[in-house]
Amino acid sequence: MKFETPATSNPIDQLKHIGKPTDRIDGPQKTTGTAPYAYERHDRAPNAAYGHVVGATIAKGRITAIDAAAARAAPGVLAVVTAQNAGKLGKGDKNTARLLAGPEVEHYHQAVALVVAETFEQARAAAGLLKVEYAPSRGAFDLAEAKAGAQPVKDPPDSRVGDFDKAFKAAEVKLDATYTTPDQSHAMMEPHATTAAWEDGALTVWTSNQMIDWGRGDLAETLGIPKVKVRLVSPFIGGGFGGKLFLRADVLLAALGAKAAGRPVKVALQRPLIANNTTHRPATIQRIRIGAGKDGRITAIGHETWSGDLAGGGPETAAEQSKLLYAGANRLTATKLAVLDLPEGNAMRAPGEAPGLMALEIAIDEMAEKLGLDPVEFRIRNDTQVDPAKPEKAFSQRQLVECLRQGADRFGWSKRGKPAARREGRWLVGMGVAAAFRNNLTMKSGARIRLQTDGLVVVETDMTDIGTGSYTVIALTAAETMGVPLKQVVVRLGDSSFPVSAGSGGQWGGNSSTAGVYAACMKLREVVAGKLGLDPASAEFADGRVRVGNDSRPLAEAAKDGELMVEDFIEFGELAKKYQQSTFGGHFVEVAVDADTAEVRIRRMLAVCAAGRILNPKAARSQVIGAMTMGAGAALMEELVVDRRRGFFVNHDLAGYEVPVHADIPHQEVIFLEETDPMSSPMKAKGVGELGICGVGAAVANAIYNATGVRVRDYPVTLDKLLEGMPAIA
Amino acid sequence: MRSFTYERARTPAEAAAAASKPGARFIAGGTNLLDLMKLEIETPTHLVDVNKLDLDKIEKTADGGLRIGALVRNSDLAADKRVRKDYGVLSRALLAGASGQLRNKATTAGNLLQRTRCPYFYDTAQPCNKRNPGSGCSAIGGFSRPLAVIGVSDQCIATHPSDMAVAMRVLDAVVETVRPGGETRAIPIADFHRLPAETPAVETVLAPGELITAVTLPKPIGGQHIYRKVRDRASYAFALVSVAAVVQPDGTGRAAFGGVAHKPWRVEAAESAMPGGARAVAEQVFAGARPTEENAFKVTLATRTLGAALSEARG
Amino acid sequence: MQPFPEIDVSRRGLIIAGAATAAAGSAAAGTAPARAAPQAPAGGTVTLVVNGKRRELTVDNRTTLLDALREHLRLTGTKKGCDHGQCGACTVIVEGRRINSCLSLAVMHDGDKVTTIEGLGAPGDLHPMQAAFVKHDGYQCGYCTPGQICSAVAVLEEIKAGAPSHVTADLNAKPKVTADELRERMSGNICRCGAYSNIIEAIEDVAGTQA
Repeated sequence: MKFETPATSNPIDQLKHIGKPTDRIDGPQKTTGTAPYAYERHDRAPNAAYGHVVGATIAKGRITAIDAAAARAAPGVLAVVTAQNAGKLGKGDKNTARLLAGPEVEHYHQAVALVVAETFEQARAAAGLLKVEYAPSRGAFDLAEAKAGAQPVKDPPDSRVGDFDKAFKAAEVKLDATYTTPDQSHAMMEPHATTAAWEDGALTVWTSNQMIDWGRGDLAETLGIPKVKVRLVSPFIGGGFGGKLFLRADVLLAALGAKAAGRPVKVALQRPLIANNTTHRPATIQRIRIGAGKDGRITAIGHETWSGDLAGGGPETAAEQSKLLYAGANRLTATKLAVLDLPEGNAMRAPGEAPGLMALEIAIDEMAEKLGLDPVEFRIRNDTQVDPAKPEKAFSQRQLVECLRQGADRFGWSKRGKPAARREGRWLVGMGVAAAFRNNLTMKSGARIRLQTDGLVVVETDMTDIGTGSYTVIALTAAETMGVPLKQVVVRLGDSSFPVSAGSGGQWGGNSSTAGVYAACMKLREVVAGKLGLDPASAEFADGRVRVGNDSRPLAEAAKDGELMVEDFIEFGELAKKYQQSTFGGHFVEVAVDADTAEVRIRRMLAVCAAGRILNPKAARSQVIGAMTMGAGAALMEELVVDRRRGFFVNHDLAGYEVPVHADIPHQEVIFLEETDPMSSPMKAKGVGELGICGVGAAVANAIYNATGVRVRDYPVTLDKLLEGMPAIA
Repeated sequence: MRSFTYERARTPAEAAAAASKPGARFIAGGTNLLDLMKLEIETPTHLVDVNKLDLDKIEKTADGGLRIGALVRNSDLAADKRVRKDYGVLSRALLAGASGQLRNKATTAGNLLQRTRCPYFYDTAQPCNKRNPGSGCSAIGGFSRPLAVIGVSDQCIATHPSDMAVAMRVLDAVVETVRPGGETRAIPIADFHRLPAETPAVETVLAPGELITAVTLPKPIGGQHIYRKVRDRASYAFALVSVAAVVQPDGTGRAAFGGVAHKPWRVEAAESAMPGGARAVAEQVFAGARPTEENAFKVTLATRTLGAALSEARG
Repeated sequence: MQPFPEIDVSRRGLIIAGAATAAAGSAAAGTAPARAAPQAPAGGTVTLVVNGKRRELTVDNRTTLLDALREHLRLTGTKKGCDHGQCGACTVIVEGRRINSCLSLAVMHDGDKVTTIEGLGAPGDLHPMQAAFVKHDGYQCGYCTPGQICSAVAVLEEIKAGAPSHVTADLNAKPKVTADELRERMSGNICRCGAYSNIIEAIEDVAGTQA
């Protein structure tokens, strides 16, 4: 099915299932520990040996020698895989650095070896016996230092509208400020893990990957074997956030280890390796200039961003939202990339917008203050219903103003006072707001539907559920379209033997994959109607029956001679080019800051979101609160600390890289505005999983400013940055 | 983790004798030792499990104090009615540390023997004089924000991570031990931990095989008991700075600091200034501070945290 | 062409070295091994009572309780998130107390009663806490979930038993089941998906304290 014209009325609009808050269908498995994750496939590979990864201990240079004799001789050892004996390896399309170092080392903790042994304990101990010698070379590790040499990138290109320089110079009120965001780690709870098994030259990997087909393709490419020889299975994924979008070392090494050992091998990246071995969200330096008239209307807005990555890598696209979020005739965005020899930078939840809005939405707060305007009002005054660079291109839906108005009302925003004005005992209390913005992306997505002889509807697609609730929204979609109860639907995900889906990334997964399932269901409806001799156009599918006029038959009757199976996919036409499709929100945060110690505690959080039809409000709300939590972490504590001498992230475990714990997060409130977006897909839905993090950090930082009068432009806003501005102690 | 042999000791003296062999270590809660063994920062060849020793009681002492068995779990010590009533600062310090799960395992003795959380100590690829004497200190000139500001040396700027020990320091606790030969000794907590100086790998005054059997607290001293721990997140994190304070109704009192040095930091001479406020005390306590650029804030923070504790005591 | 030299023993050398190692291991048990010639891992048998069933295991001394459960008993409901006591995903209840099973050796638990997530309930027969997590959507990816649930069950017992926490205002009074108490007590269980707000609601629901 090709989606080329705006969606009209369709079976999804019945809303018998879609749109109702529904418990996850995979809940009983997840809450009882019976959902199998990648390292837990005793059912599939009961004789798996254990692999332990050895990471490089230099940031850049060459391996000069590996002495594996002691490791190989250690008890239980079955194989030691290094670049020296792994055979010729390619590099996946989506990897910047190679997944197995040697002789060159491209970053700290890049894998240099896998030690395979009968037991986990033996593999780990033997890994400690491997002696690797290096010839280190100089690298660039400091973004601030490398900034001067940073270069423009092809994607995204710099943009100019009107005459920014002139307009900014002439503006009555101006802001020119620089903001920084640090490197961040996905820190998902399940380490990257894989169980690999070869059989007759074909490889099966049970792994933890968000994008099955990308992973399969890149694994085949790296191993130099045909893609058809690779099967990748990922039914449950213990968190990804972008960190499991791509093929990583666990998969490759498990495959190589299994080959070398001649039996299945499983590998989980050790937690202390993950921060440096895998990808991270790159740090940014962002300069924002805003000019406005005294009337509070923006006349010039410029956003420049600098980030670094390994040679051949890409930038953090932190200026992109500034093209679309606010009005203003004169505009500038620029994205510069420096070469850094730190581990590979790549996507983490809402790449671009998450750090971009951390900066932009403080700048907007600062500008509102300069103008003497309430920051909610300032944002509303500069709303735009069209792409400011292309006024003929309207937003398909844009309820930013509504999000902010409803949020302000619900949150009690009118009670917000001047900076450092509200004190409750030892606490300085303040409120902050920020806009949330994230583009809506769509991706081709396929599915296979079976109508079994027993009437069960079975959906198969390589879509993944990374905690997003894919199992459930797909089941809801099939139940809605086929007119069956939810319990009559079985959903199978995350297997490369199923049709290729959109996968989980860029908040495109929910909308795109359900649209693909919808397309396949519509095809099945035709087949069913044909089998039953009913007119497909007028057939109604409801309550497990198919009805045309007075002729009503059980759905299962269509499969009485044998299971029916169809496959289809959704692909997207030009609507995304004709209409700007984005999702919007408003974040409201109240913080209390200890007047003595400057410890920050978040007291209240509210998000109001407008993101098309909400397919399962229960899981969608969870996506948003989860993103708000990660945003709170970004605001207050998360930072991969760079050792600029040795070129690595120092705090590379979960004790050093602090993410929010229960005690950091208050009750969170989420409101979804009524919205359907017929331009987005037949589902009329968009994504929320990334929208939820966009702007949160700035809302927290703005609330801290309101509480204390201290403006911090350098994330995370830790207490040491606030102390000097706190009231004198007794 | 390297291979090791394992035995379960039945008496303290037997345990001490077993652990005096080269490469042997005691294991009780294991929450720090096993963590370090997995990374081969600790590489014992023999573990002496002391968990079944009869050292898990909290008893009154003859002079009205408390004798806390070495194996009393952190959660049990924090919840003990006598500790809560008379040594609140100790309960508070314990409850501010780690997580519920870890406190259920971690023991009184093990808590005292925790090793630093300096990230370079934890990364075996990096130079660290504490882990690998003579290799250098990566934290000096590197990431030093969480590290020590006082009592440091050119060899090491690590902190001691314990909260409990800070409270014990303010309470003038005494560490009781038994040596492999069976002789016992009592070590004032002030003397128990060492400063890094030239030998940062040597962290306490314990001899090889010497087993902590108990920690005694003198009789209750009354006053307001306050433990303020300041960290980057609200729970389950090590202190940037902590203050254990006992403040009497007349404004006099005691204070010890955590997160600032290689041991719980207390300067008794400075405590006479307490009625005059935090600044006067902290000026003396941190007179010899040698912070790095990254952690200089800790001196200010410690002063302000003491201020917060004193205001809390005033009610 | 070799990209870099690997110093290695020959195939014959390997076999000899392996035999020598095995011999050294059996002869030298109990003594400190030299680093160059590792001895066979020392181990032993241990009996655990897991979810009410007696299970006898032969384990390496180095095997953690977590790996004994996951790899030996194949009870993979208990998760390994960090293996260093930094995340709480491995939380199980041993002798009535919640602990991080990653920081405990199996050989130290001979005779102990261990309750894992599998012992609390099963699909179709959920423990009230499991059911509450489903109802309140107190999980997303599901990986920290068994640890959260085991912790939550134990936390309510700890409060009932009167154990104080960091946020208990009066150390000498009986603690109450409040959201703040639950948040503090659950802080040893990290959920990167950020389901905290819902988890607390689920626990409050079970505790019967929700408004």
